[in-house]
Amino acid sequence: MNLAESIQASLAELEPISVELRDESDQHLGHAGWKAGGSHFRLTIVSARFAGRDRLSRHRMVYDALGPLIREHIHALAIHALAPDEL
Amino acid sequence: MDVQQRIKEQVESHPVVLFMKGTPQFPQCGFSASVVEVLKACGVREVHTVNVLEDPEIRQGIKDYANWPTIPQLYVNGEFVGGADIVREMAQTGELQKMLEA
Repeated sequence: MNLAESIQASLAELEPISVELRDESDQHLGHAGWKAGGSHFRLTIVSARFAGRDRLSRHRMVYDALGPLIREHIHALAIHALAPDEL
Repeated sequence: MDVQQRIKEQVESHPVVLFMKGTPQFPQCGFSASVVEVLKACGVREVHTVNVLEDPEIRQGIKDYANWPTIPQLYVNGEFVGGADIVREMAQTGELQKMLEA
């Protein structure tokens, strides 16, 4: 499983309606921390679990689901966490 | 003084504190750069910035302090506000400006 697939798998516990994960590593070519593919991601995740929660707690839910991935493997992750009625 | 105490003193002794990679003039990370830009666009004149790349203890300690695994981290009036995505969203809705005026 590559990093993108591991991220997708970890997010399943949030029961998302949709997950869009874009690998933007190539936009960051050459700077410190860059690796060929799989280092910079942009995530848009929609889940009913986010309803009624503020931004901090939504991001924390995503970070908790990612566990060691966010602490050790992902260099950069932009997060958009939406409830279904915010689409 | 232990690192958690050092961080607490920093966030409580300045109204706007940004823990970032690099400096406002030479940010070392796109997310850090974007928070600096958002604060400028909101007319914030005084930001106390801490370059975590120069202090490994703070770099790790700040993640525990806010229970937040990533940098940058913005604090306003001692309160953790969020990272780059949250700061940008709050600037778009005007929430950040309101918080900065308070």
